[in-house]
Amino acid sequence: MTQAAVSPSGASASGGAAPLLKLSGITKTFGAVRALDDVALDVRAGEVVALVGDNGAGKSTLIKTISGAGPADGGSITFEGREVHIKSPQDSTSLGIAVVYQDLALCDNLDVVENLYLGREARFHNQPFSRMNEVEMEQHAIELLGELQVKTLASVRTEVGSLSGGQRQSVAIARSLLGEPKIVILDEPTAALGVAQTAQVLALVKRLKERGLGVVLISHNLSDVFEVADRIVVLRLGRNGGEYPATSDQRQAVVAAITGVSDDKPASAATTEVQS
Amino acid sequence: MTGFPSTVAERDAVDESGNALQRVLRKLAAGELGSLRVLIVLAIIWVIFQIANDRFLTAINLTNLTLQIAAVGCISVGVTLVLLLGEIDLSVGAVSGLAAAVMAVLSVKHGWGPYPAILAAIAVGAAIGLFQGTVSTRLAIPTFVVTLAGLLAWQGAQLYVLGSTGTLNINDETITNLAGVFLDDWVGWAVALVVIVGLVVTELGFRRQRAAAGLVQAPPVGSAIRLVGAAVALLGGVYVVNQDRGVPLSLVILLVIIAFFHWLLTRTRFGRHVYAVGGNDEAARRAGIPVARIRTIVFVLASALAAFGGVLAASRLQAVNQSSGGSDLLLLAIAGPVIAGTSLFGGRGSVWGALLGALVIGSISNGMDLLALESSVKFMVTGGVLLGAVALDAATSSRRTTGRT
Ligand SMILES: Nc1ncnc2c1ncn2[C@@H]1O[C@H](COP(=O)(O)OP(=O)(O)OP(=O)(O)O)[C@@H](O)[C@H]1O
Ligand SMILES: [Mg+2]
Repeated sequence: MTQAAVSPSGASASGGAAPLLKLSGITKTFGAVRALDDVALDVRAGEVVALVGDNGAGKSTLIKTISGAGPADGGSITFEGREVHIKSPQDSTSLGIAVVYQDLALCDNLDVVENLYLGREARFHNQPFSRMNEVEMEQHAIELLGELQVKTLASVRTEVGSLSGGQRQSVAIARSLLGEPKIVILDEPTAALGVAQTAQVLALVKRLKERGLGVVLISHNLSDVFEVADRIVVLRLGRNGGEYPATSDQRQAVVAAITGVSDDKPASAATTEVQS
Repeated sequence: MTGFPSTVAERDAVDESGNALQRVLRKLAAGELGSLRVLIVLAIIWVIFQIANDRFLTAINLTNLTLQIAAVGCISVGVTLVLLLGEIDLSVGAVSGLAAAVMAVLSVKHGWGPYPAILAAIAVGAAIGLFQGTVSTRLAIPTFVVTLAGLLAWQGAQLYVLGSTGTLNINDETITNLAGVFLDDWVGWAVALVVIVGLVVTELGFRRQRAAAGLVQAPPVGSAIRLVGAAVALLGGVYVVNQDRGVPLSLVILLVIIAFFHWLLTRTRFGRHVYAVGGNDEAARRAGIPVARIRTIVFVLASALAAFGGVLAASRLQAVNQSSGGSDLLLLAIAGPVIAGTSLFGGRGSVWGALLGALVIGSISNGMDLLALESSVKFMVTGGVLLGAVALDAATSSRRTTGRT
């Protein structure tokens, strides 16, 4: 029945390629609160899926079931066609799923290279007290940031604490790519950014897509969503609230699906909810 | 310029404005040249005391100064590690006293050889660090509380170990030699030369590697200034102390310890993780760093270094008594690195601060002794210098934060 609630138009954006990541029937409860109820989500390689919904819709909770930070109570997850069980962040990382959290988790006292390689420092030998290979790390950092066209950094040896919000976001996203993930999940990457810096981060999201990565983008900003996403998945009160191609004519429909004002929308779970 | 520059490029462009002197002053104020700042403070203190008493800058007095700071400097290295995590260890003084007592009892009363006795003292320190680190990480108790409890408990243990005797005189030569032996003049020169050559070779190799990899190089002037500075300090230092008894072994030991921990902190993954945990422990955790293990290891190292500091102090005094490791030792061991710019909030600082801070505090104390001033004055002046240094740190670190856009 989940599938029925999803509008068929979704498939048009990314052709018939098999999804890289497929969630179905995901449920999650916190005590009496049903945070997720029978939620489905597909992500294909080389596409940007926007996950939208009002506050408390369950976006972060859904992401946590994928990242392993808060495993689902029920439902199934398939990754590259295989059924997988994600029980911890390590499970998710080893599958090739990277998450950039909204609070970024960078060390302000370390420079860009040091942050990029934190926890996976290059060393000359694989022994506990081997010297780090700074030259290799710096070279790769420059290379990676170059590929992502992150150009505003004066030096990769700048302390991250002195960077702007957009630069910090760029560093956090670049950092997530070092594990060579197949899917990158971004939780509100443009929140609190100015116009120019938002554009910078959105351009970076497009480049992730060009690299063939599957991208899940959580955002409250619909103009950002329509600018970079291929598909928009709406969550409403912990359920799928419809799926739309990210073409500008869908804007009204997406807003309606988020707020639950169902005028031009096909019957779905949302219609049974109390009017807001 | 209106408002804050929004990119690093702009910020640097701002930095390029003004003449070289203004630029250096700005960097000084921003805390970027932390060690230069403390060197200036040190120079001012030396000039003042030299004016007040011309015996201050004599070979014999400067040699005494290095002898006086070896123990506290060693303890400060451990304190620096703990401060880098953004934690505090209030037990280092008590641990140094207990370790010294253990060494003395084993050596004097039980006839242990010098090396087993010293190793046992260090092992006692390490075990205490393991205990305190584990308790604080496992039970999530602030290290301030755990080590405050330790301060009381280990002081008690020291009295217990010393028993009714109270004071134990150490007559083992190997132990007393730690603080009582001086290198021959030519050995001092040779060591200094070897170190200088080592520094130059390392720096050249470093630059060659970066050049080969096509990475941007810092201007060679910077390298040159640093190397010349180090060479002048080493050769000048050896020259001065050779006018008196020669290079003290305890100073060599302290420098080796500092050099080793500097290497550990800046060149190894462990060191990087110490800075990361001190900067943002949540980020470190998410990066897969075993935060609790890093914290525990640092507390083990800090207590072991405190124990060895206690050994050095006992060697210099040639005795251990009930007040060993007590009095102002703890406060000075913490004040030193802080004066030298190690942040109390974690993540910023260098173990060289342990040496520079100990030199500043040691110079004040030594100079005031020469002037035969009361300890009341000594304490107040040291307190003032500490407050001034921390105020400067707070002012500059808040500037760093607000500088972000
Ligand atoms: N740890 C938790 N314990 C109890 N309830 C929780 C917990 N985490 C989330 N919830 C509940 O689950 C629901 C979904 O929350 P979630 O954070 O996923 O929303 P969201 O879509 O990310 O909202 P926002 O846009 O505000 O970030 C909310 O009703 C929330 O109160
Ligand atoms: Mg959320």
